[in-house]
Amino acid sequence: MGLRRFFSRRHEDAELNQELQGHIAHEMDDNIARGMPEEEARRQAYLKLGSPRRIRERVWRANTLSLLESTLQDLRYALRVLWRNPGFSIVSVLCLTVGIGANAAVLSWIEGTLFRPFPLVQHQERMVAMVGTKPGGSGKGEPGLDYTNVSWPDLQDFQKSCTLMDWFIVDRLTGTTLSIGDRAERVAASVVSSNYFDALGVHPILGRAFEPGEDWGRNGHPVTVISYWLWKERFQGDPQILGRKQLLNGVPHTIVGVAPEGFYGTFVGYPIQFWVPVSMQELFNPGGYKLEDRGEQWIEGFARVKPGVTMERAQAEMSAVAKRLEEEYPATNRGRGVKIFPLWKTPFNGASRMGPTLEVALAVVFLVLLIACANVSGLLLVRSLVRRHEITVRLAIGSRRGRLLRQLLTEGLVLSVLAAAGGLALAYMCRNLLVVFFPLSKVVPTMLPGTLDWRVLVLSLAICLISTVMFALVPALQTSKVDIAGALKSDSRTSFGARGKSRLRSALVLLQVALSFILVAGGSLLIKSLQQIRTADPGFSADNVLVTSFDLKSAGYDVPRARSFQDALVDRVQSLPGVASVALVRLPPFSFASYFSAPITVDGYTPPPNEQPTEEYNQVGPGYFSTMEIPIVSGREFTTSDTELTYPAVVVNEQMVAKYWHGQDPVGKRIQVKDKWMQVIGVARNAKYETLAEGPKPFFYVGWRQLGANSPIGTTLVIRTVQPPGTMASALAHEVRALDAALGLSEVITMREYMNRSALAAQEIAVGLLSIFAGIALLLATIGLYAVMSHAVSQSTHEFGLRMALGASPLDVLRLVMSHGLVLATGGVILGVIAALALTRLIAGNLLYKVNPHDPLAFALAFLVMMAASSAACCVPAWRATRIDPVRALRD
Amino acid sequence: MGKRKSPASQDMLQGTLDMLILQTLIPGPAHGHTIAHVIEHASEDVLQVEQGSLYPALHRLADRGWVSSYWGISENNRKAKYYKLTFKGRKQLHAETSRWQQVVEAIGRVLARAQQ
Repeated sequence: MGLRRFFSRRHEDAELNQELQGHIAHEMDDNIARGMPEEEARRQAYLKLGSPRRIRERVWRANTLSLLESTLQDLRYALRVLWRNPGFSIVSVLCLTVGIGANAAVLSWIEGTLFRPFPLVQHQERMVAMVGTKPGGSGKGEPGLDYTNVSWPDLQDFQKSCTLMDWFIVDRLTGTTLSIGDRAERVAASVVSSNYFDALGVHPILGRAFEPGEDWGRNGHPVTVISYWLWKERFQGDPQILGRKQLLNGVPHTIVGVAPEGFYGTFVGYPIQFWVPVSMQELFNPGGYKLEDRGEQWIEGFARVKPGVTMERAQAEMSAVAKRLEEEYPATNRGRGVKIFPLWKTPFNGASRMGPTLEVALAVVFLVLLIACANVSGLLLVRSLVRRHEITVRLAIGSRRGRLLRQLLTEGLVLSVLAAAGGLALAYMCRNLLVVFFPLSKVVPTMLPGTLDWRVLVLSLAICLISTVMFALVPALQTSKVDIAGALKSDSRTSFGARGKSRLRSALVLLQVALSFILVAGGSLLIKSLQQIRTADPGFSADNVLVTSFDLKSAGYDVPRARSFQDALVDRVQSLPGVASVALVRLPPFSFASYFSAPITVDGYTPPPNEQPTEEYNQVGPGYFSTMEIPIVSGREFTTSDTELTYPAVVVNEQMVAKYWHGQDPVGKRIQVKDKWMQVIGVARNAKYETLAEGPKPFFYVGWRQLGANSPIGTTLVIRTVQPPGTMASALAHEVRALDAALGLSEVITMREYMNRSALAAQEIAVGLLSIFAGIALLLATIGLYAVMSHAVSQSTHEFGLRMALGASPLDVLRLVMSHGLVLATGGVILGVIAALALTRLIAGNLLYKVNPHDPLAFALAFLVMMAASSAACCVPAWRATRIDPVRALRD
Repeated sequence: MGKRKSPASQDMLQGTLDMLILQTLIPGPAHGHTIAHVIEHASEDVLQVEQGSLYPALHRLADRGWVSSYWGISENNRKAKYYKLTFKGRKQLHAETSRWQQVVEAIGRVLARAQQ
């Protein structure tokens, strides 16, 4: 019943009224029939029935849901009040919109990149990422444990033996230059196991997914499933697309399926444009054929735990299987383990990069929300002074305090609901903003979408309610505590800045200044860290070195053709004016791809019993070390005379010498790499290989020209030159065209830029976000301080007039106001310093590079910024105080 | 909401009025004025229906779905709201009547013993 009746009360009342009139008429008919005169008949009828109005009221009340009734009343009243004070309403709603919107945006980013990163994939909450582990502690991973990948044979065994998992899938990121028609572009792609689409519950809208047989047979199944985007944009949505051949890495692949719209694969950061089965691994994942080699760890993948199974149990079962494999295959698996992670901790994709940044961002936007709430709280307090008369009258004529409180909270709720609507719109507009901060997005299409699903909406709504309580409760309590007798008399004047309510407002300003200080201090720490990274020494000279690469594989080169092209190109570039040296390198340092690794054996070194020593290496051409200016501390580097015909040579780094030769010069000694014996010809200084934050790790280099049939086809050149990249690019283009007119060119950038793209991403996102939010916080706090000061001044016009009449100079007044404001600001900054000292430690591990989280310079900078902003905020009110005309002030 | 919070004694009286109204409607639909008169006449004027509570009671019964209502023309040729017993109301009346009978019998037994 209830609601329907509640809303049709008016209609029902009219009907009842009619009914009662009918009753009276009938009664009158009876009375007249009994012989009464009409007037008496009417009187008797009314007497018998009682007052129709009373009856109507009884029914009306019975139909009333009193809570709803008064809430609607409050709502109407609140809207009217806010409508009549547009300035206040707009400023408050804007403050809250920024606060709620920032929170909603960050929540949507977290949802879209960390918690449910893969649209269309079912049961993501049970999906786990999987990595291999090995003892170590120098590379990616945790103390004492390095994360590696998983081999295909091992994955088969996990699949067979793990009873707590629904499935395992392979998802290895790769990239290629895709030429369709006359258009070539760099796209991300994935090598996946044949169960990939079925396991994820994603069904192609055209054609089929992969078949189990397509996992097997070296290079045996050149088939591909393409993305919806690729189909629509590059193949114009051709309905006859199935069966068409597309050249991928130089090999024609048959298109067998089209993925549904909105499915971008399962790699956080890049939209995947096509998928190939694992049997094509050799073509897309460098380093030879790996499907039959248990020692080749190349697989990144996911598994799904069965419903109700905890991560711990699943991990325990997988570890048990890994242990068994260790015993069965000690040669390859000794010391190897496996580890699973929830999706948001996935170590091998964008999740690991975004995780810490988004955590900090979440903390930061919460602080911004607090500041916004404090600001609106302050504004409401001012309003409550203005409305004191209204409130007092309402209390005096018998309004209950609880009712009044509810009325004031409803006003707050209206503000925050409006702001939440605006905030969600803001978050929607910002949902793809993360990509802007991602430096690599200029090179490869990058995707870090925010998702505004119901979870984000519910959380935002909760934030909206919480913030209402935060900003509206205190002023409402204050307001409803009016002393009726005192307030009705008249407001007694007290001296400047010594009023009860202004003390509360001062506390709010203190809070805002303190919170903004934390953000500004955090921001300056991050900026300092960014500077440190920009100028850090990576162990090679990044200045005056250019990097460029050629995708010979996509162009269909084979090894002999690639070798002759590489030799010719190096010769030609070497003779260009301004070029000091040039060298080939398989992977430049700080590339996103991972290095090769190989099991090694060293004469005279006995590994610990449970470990098969494995180290990472790179393939470099003659002159690499001199081009990169990596010092050779002993022996020599590769030269053109190291060829397939001479004894295989390696250059090791100092860390490797320390680990395997106990610090003794190994030049001339032997080392076995995989199954091949090699001779150490030189020792290179340690350098950074993947990130600036990494510790020194063992690393070695093998000679490019000694690789023979395994020689790489993909070509990257490092060039030492004083020429700027632009000049070099055109010269280079000329030389390349002379060799192969059809070959696509890639950009020529400085080594510094190349490093920045990978090393700076997380830092730059953090700095970008934090600077934006710190700026907003600063602005809000300044507005807050300004509002408090100008209100205090306007309330004390009389006092200032009196002081000036008694001989105070404008300077004295100025000093009084300024000192009051600056005392507040200083108090806030002191609180902020204390809080910041405790909080900045939290970003030290992940985001600060070689910066003390208590760096005095950064704190001093934050202090100066805050004081400057505070002075600016106090200046205008103070100046206005000096302009008070004592005569008028005293007369009013 | 709040309607059922009234004290027990009032509840019983209210329930009684409800029962009488429902009983009145057994022969057929009637409007408020008739209902009031029928109750008074049937009880030989012992039960004076406070006419003021008749309409809220009718309203309540309609709310619970025990009676339905429609507008019609009365014997005096006036527009009047007629009330009609629903199936649910008939069942309710049945239950109420037997309960009432039990209570009356029980009270009678108690009083009879007290007189001995």
